[in-house]
Amino acid sequence: MLAEPALSERDHELRERVREFLAGHDPAALGRQAFLDARFDAGLAAVHYPEGLGGLGLPRSLQRAVDEEFAAAGAPGNRPERNGIGLGMAAPTILAFAAQEQQARWLRPLWTGEEIWCQLFSEPGAGSDLAGLATRAVRAEDGGDWMVTGQKVWTSSAHRARWGLLLARTDPDLPKHAGLTYFACDMSQPGVDVRPLRQLTGEAEFNEVFLTDATIPDADRIGEVGDGWQVARGTLMNERVAIGSGTAQPREGGMAGLAASAWREQPELRTPGLHDRLLRLWADAEVARLAAERLRQQLASGQPGPEGSAAKIVFARLNQELSAFELELAGAAGLRYDDWTMRRPETVNFYSRGPGYRYLRARGNSIEGGTSEILRNIIAERVLGLPAEPRTDTGLPWKDLPR
Amino acid sequence: MSAPVASPGLPDLRYGEAEEELRAAVRKLIADRSPLTTVLARAETADPYDPGTWQALAADLGCAGLLIPESRGGAGASYREAAVVAEETGRGALPVPYLASAVMATAALLPSADELLAALADGSVTAALTVPFTTMPPAVSGAALASGVRVGRPGPGDPAGQARLTGTVAGAADALPAGVLLVPADGVPFGLYAVDASAPEVTVSPVVSLDTTRPLADLTFANAPARPVATGEAAAAAVSAALTAGAAMLACEQLGVAQRCLEMTVAYLKERRQFGRAVGSFQALKHRLADVWVALIQARAAARYAAACLADGDPDTPVAVVLAKSACGEAAVQAAQECVQLHGGIGFTWEHPAHLLLKRARSGSAGFGTPDRHRAALAGLVNLPPPGGSIG
Repeated sequence: MLAEPALSERDHELRERVREFLAGHDPAALGRQAFLDARFDAGLAAVHYPEGLGGLGLPRSLQRAVDEEFAAAGAPGNRPERNGIGLGMAAPTILAFAAQEQQARWLRPLWTGEEIWCQLFSEPGAGSDLAGLATRAVRAEDGGDWMVTGQKVWTSSAHRARWGLLLARTDPDLPKHAGLTYFACDMSQPGVDVRPLRQLTGEAEFNEVFLTDATIPDADRIGEVGDGWQVARGTLMNERVAIGSGTAQPREGGMAGLAASAWREQPELRTPGLHDRLLRLWADAEVARLAAERLRQQLASGQPGPEGSAAKIVFARLNQELSAFELELAGAAGLRYDDWTMRRPETVNFYSRGPGYRYLRARGNSIEGGTSEILRNIIAERVLGLPAEPRTDTGLPWKDLPR
Repeated sequence: MSAPVASPGLPDLRYGEAEEELRAAVRKLIADRSPLTTVLARAETADPYDPGTWQALAADLGCAGLLIPESRGGAGASYREAAVVAEETGRGALPVPYLASAVMATAALLPSADELLAALADGSVTAALTVPFTTMPPAVSGAALASGVRVGRPGPGDPAGQARLTGTVAGAADALPAGVLLVPADGVPFGLYAVDASAPEVTVSPVVSLDTTRPLADLTFANAPARPVATGEAAAAAVSAALTAGAAMLACEQLGVAQRCLEMTVAYLKERRQFGRAVGSFQALKHRLADVWVALIQARAAARYAAACLADGDPDTPVAVVLAKSACGEAAVQAAQECVQLHGGIGFTWEHPAHLLLKRARSGSAGFGTPDRHRAALAGLVNLPPPGGSIG
């Protein structure tokens, strides 16, 4: 199918623009950071960002042309895998909800990777019921800074992050959803204590973050006081789309490829029951790949459907069932684990290491970023329009709720 | 028109504007002429097919000729558009021979540019390929088609070129309303023949069928006069093309069945009250419907991919058919079973149309190969050999 002429023309113009930029900016001479800064300033960071903020206000689908041209020239990239929360969640939130001066301050070092972002949402007492969170932000009486105290958990990248997207309670006298406010928290201050949270795979991707009178200037508040829940919902929607659609994969590109290779390479391990399971899982994984592609196509043409939640549920189920298949196929070898040493991995790859790690890590896929059960509620209520369960916790002041 | 897609290896899996317009027209026609209550009333009559609605769909909306080139009186559209019509016929459990005539017979006749195409395009003739409804497409299974009909010697007064066919076919779909039967027949060589269904040597016996909206028929040919359409490899290719297209478009039809079941169930759970609240507010029921919706989202991507592969003549078509036939078949059965269950008592009555969709889902799931048989074919198609099998 032919692309719309206007788009293919713009694609051509963009490629031309990148080549001109490269002619005037030699990465080797400038150095990595200065080169990425200049790329951002030229509007060639993410073309769907607004003009003056790293983009050109163009459709997201045109980004591929830019990325291909920079890659072809061997230019240094912004290493998105090191700043997944920043690019996938913080940037869309800042673009949608932050003030102009804030956007100008945060977006450039975010995109270049100079400043890493993390997300301070979940708490030990507020997981699925995020709106019940207890971290308090209290403003000085003179209308000055906010002082924040509380405990956050499951914070990936917190130990490397300069900024945290923080959801905190600013008014306990209001019902739970109404009393929240959204901030960007400077992670480099003494009131922020980051400790590794070791997970069942042995290493620590995540952290616990203890906030003790951490200081946040009012200028770092995102959205109005009391609007935190609306802003947070925007962040979470982006998270689910990011997890469920991911980047385009070839056939057998993810967990299905590992399972299929293990099957092909070890005929002595095959059983009829496992064969049936593999055929079903292979087909399901390939259909899920098509559905993720369809979701990306809809996003690219500006018709984002609610399919993101479906993609995330399916992604989690397939990772779990495929890795369980692989572990079972491995038999005796599946009872050996590569390494329990406590480590701090800089990036996380669900498909790396051995079947044991993959099986254990996949258990988290249906918990992180919204449990599969909460996602089913969201689908039932927001997509299908079914009525909410009767609740007693939404109308009362937060401080009066039973805990 | 659509934006460039993110992944150059995969086709556009969205619906285009023209497809959505076609869908709206077909949906309106079905709602006006043949709502589920009408389908239900017709189910037990002597004439389960709905010739009036078929004529309106085939001729007035031009759906019979979608796949036929404009030079032969058709619309010159592709399987992407044909798939949308299939979705809508499934959505309405519509008793019309769209799949048999506008998809399968058409696909069988297109390679030889057969003279019948013009009459199929304008809806004046309806045709059906005479194979058991459960036949797997040879392109998927890798097995050659066997026919229960054989080519016999021509009679003494027969015109030159006419053949005679003898044999039986059990459980063919959409043969009852067909004026012309396209019969694959064994002989030397294998051939595809056009037979006048009203000839005295042809018996079309209705079967009391699980699916009353697409009743099957047992066929007997007793030295029936037949016109050769294609012979040898050309005939095998024509029959194979018809079965591949039939399986893919049946999958799209199943997507429509699933969609309708979900919509009906959601509407009912919002309205039905027990324990002082809408039963749709209970999490145990919500999660089941969320699962149906997820299955539907996945199935839609597979159905779109199969339609696109057929439209583009993609070599990945057999895999695409496996994915669509298994995903859509299971989604339809899941959605229809949940539709009956979540409607409670009323869903178990004859009066409520849920059973029409359940029966359509079940028979469509078996049609041109069950999900299980399709997945089993993956072993050969993508090299996942069974225990004891060799690495391909």
